[in-house]
Parts: sequence; structure tokens; C-alpha cells
Amino acid sequence: MNSRMIPLLAFVLLVVLLVVGLKISDRKTLIPSPLVDKPAPEFNLPVLGNPGQKMSKESFLGKPYLINFWASWCVTCRAEHPVITDLAESGLVRVIGFNFRDESADAKAWLARFGNPYEVSLVDLDGRISIDFGVYAAPESFLVDPSGKIVFKQTGAMTHEIIKTEIMPRLASMEFRN
Amino acid sequence: MSSHKALIFILTLLVSVSAIAQVSEVPEPLVFMNQQQQDRFDKLTQELRCLVCQNQNLADSDAPLAHDLRREVHQMLLSGRTDEQIKLFLVERYGDFVLYRPPVQKNTYLLWLGPLVLLLAGALILRANIKKRSVLLDADDNTKN
Repeated sequence: MNSRMIPLLAFVLLVVLLVVGLKISDRKTLIPSPLVDKPAPEFNLPVLGNPGQKMSKESFLGKPYLINFWASWCVTCRAEHPVITDLAESGLVRVIGFNFRDESADAKAWLARFGNPYEVSLVDLDGRISIDFGVYAAPESFLVDPSGKIVFKQTGAMTHEIIKTEIMPRLASMEFRN
Repeated sequence: MSSHKALIFILTLLVSVSAIAQVSEVPEPLVFMNQQQQDRFDKLTQELRCLVCQNQNLADSDAPLAHDLRREVHQMLLSGRTDEQIKLFLVERYGDFVLYRPPVQKNTYLLWLGPLVLLLAGALILRANIKKRSVLLDADDNTKN
């Protein structure tokens, strides 16, 4: 091989690396959560609309559920709202809202206006629990199995596609084990 | 006011309203017990990544999450946790990505050792080239003599 070809080959290699890097850069901005396959963090939060009542992780054990972090200031939450509603109405899984860093009055107005898909929404006013869940975007959703373990995390809007390819197979395997 | 200007005015208002819709307590200045604690805080927040604007550290970012995480780091410092414990708290929640200085471990060997390997490879190629050339030069000299 002509040794003059070497710089050319090196250049081609660089271009290939660039293209591959650009292709996967979309996925790279999404940080894999270290919490998947670990027990969900503990929480004990007041219920939206009924601040006297608190619910903890123990209240939800026994059945799989989806935690959806949402807020009235979150534009993407509004975009995903129909998908969350469809999922809740399908009855496949309990859908629990975690209303975080939000004024409860705004949150209630938001639900009244767009519809309330959640079985219940819990209030994480100062965002402490969202930090325990490693939430860095809004919305984020966590699928929790009957034993309280996180089995899947979706950063950003939920889609029908993700429900079909990620959520439903995992739910099915849980029922299989039950 | 022309209708055009009025529209811009209303849009500006809307933007500012949505900007304050998110609950953000006006960030109170964080108070430290001594200078050493403040220095540790500054060093830590410069080494920790803000996850919302991923190319900024916690010290620089003005994102609400960065405010909250600075508050958490501050509280952990005051309660006497070590720098390592504070970093672990964040890594357990956000993964190694939160560290600007990645730890040396199995999946980062390439990152840490890669440059060294490249340097060594360069040195070997350079040595081979020099050898080849000196052989050629010697041969050249020999034919001349």
C-alpha cells in the first residue's frame, strides 16, 4: 500500500467518527438513570387537593404503577398530556402524578382545564423528592414494579410508541411472574 | 401605540408571566460558617455538572435545578458530610455524568489511558521512521563513497 494513502485513511476514519458521533449525540444528551433496576426512592407526600392526607411509597406496593413528574409550568407536560390520559384510561397501569416545584393552585387549575388523568397527584413543592428520583427535566416518568423497584425511566415526553415498546412488555412480564 | 407594538408588548408580558410561573424562592444567599467551608462549596459546585444545561457547572448555572442542587450541597456541607459523600449523593441520583472529573473505573479506562496509548503509538511510529530514514541515509552515504 502506498504510504501516502495513510493521511487519507486517517481523514476518512475521522469523518466516520464524526458521523457516528453526530448520529448518537441525540441519545447522549439523555443521561441513563442509575436508578433503573433499583428500589424507588422513599417518599411521603401530601395529596394534591387534600393536603392533610399523605401517601408514601408503601401505599402503592403490590401493583405496578407509573410515576409521572409534571408541573403546570411545564410546556412538554401539556404536549404529552393526551398520551398520559390514554395510558391511564387504558387501565393497563396506575398512573400517579408527582406535581413538583409547582403552586398547588396552578396545578389544580391545570388539571381542571386539560383534564386529570392521574389516580392521584402528590405534591413535591420544593422538588426534594424529584432530586431523589434524579429528575432533571420535565416531564419524566418512572415505571415501578409491584415490589417498588424502578424498571424503566422515560426522560421527556411519553409517547404511544414508548408505551408500546417499553412499558407494555415490562407490564406483561410482571403479570407473568405474579 | 400601533397594533404591532401592542402585540409585542403583550407577548413580552406573556413570556415574563410564564417565567415566574415556576416556583422559585428568590435564592437566598448561602451562608457558611467559615471560609474553608465556602472554599469547599466553590470547588464542589465547579466540579459538578448542571444537568439541565449540560455544559455548565452547578456554580455557573441559573437553572432552577442548579439552585436546588446548590441548596442540597450547601446543606450537606453544613451537616458535616465529606466532599466524597456529597459527590456520591449526586452520583447515586444522576449517575457519573454529574461529575466533570470522571472517576477512573472500568468504563473510563479508554478515556483516561487513551491519550497515553496514542502518545506511545506516536513515539513508536516516530522511532520507526527515524530508523528507516537513517538506514536510507547510510545507504545513500555508502553509495556516494
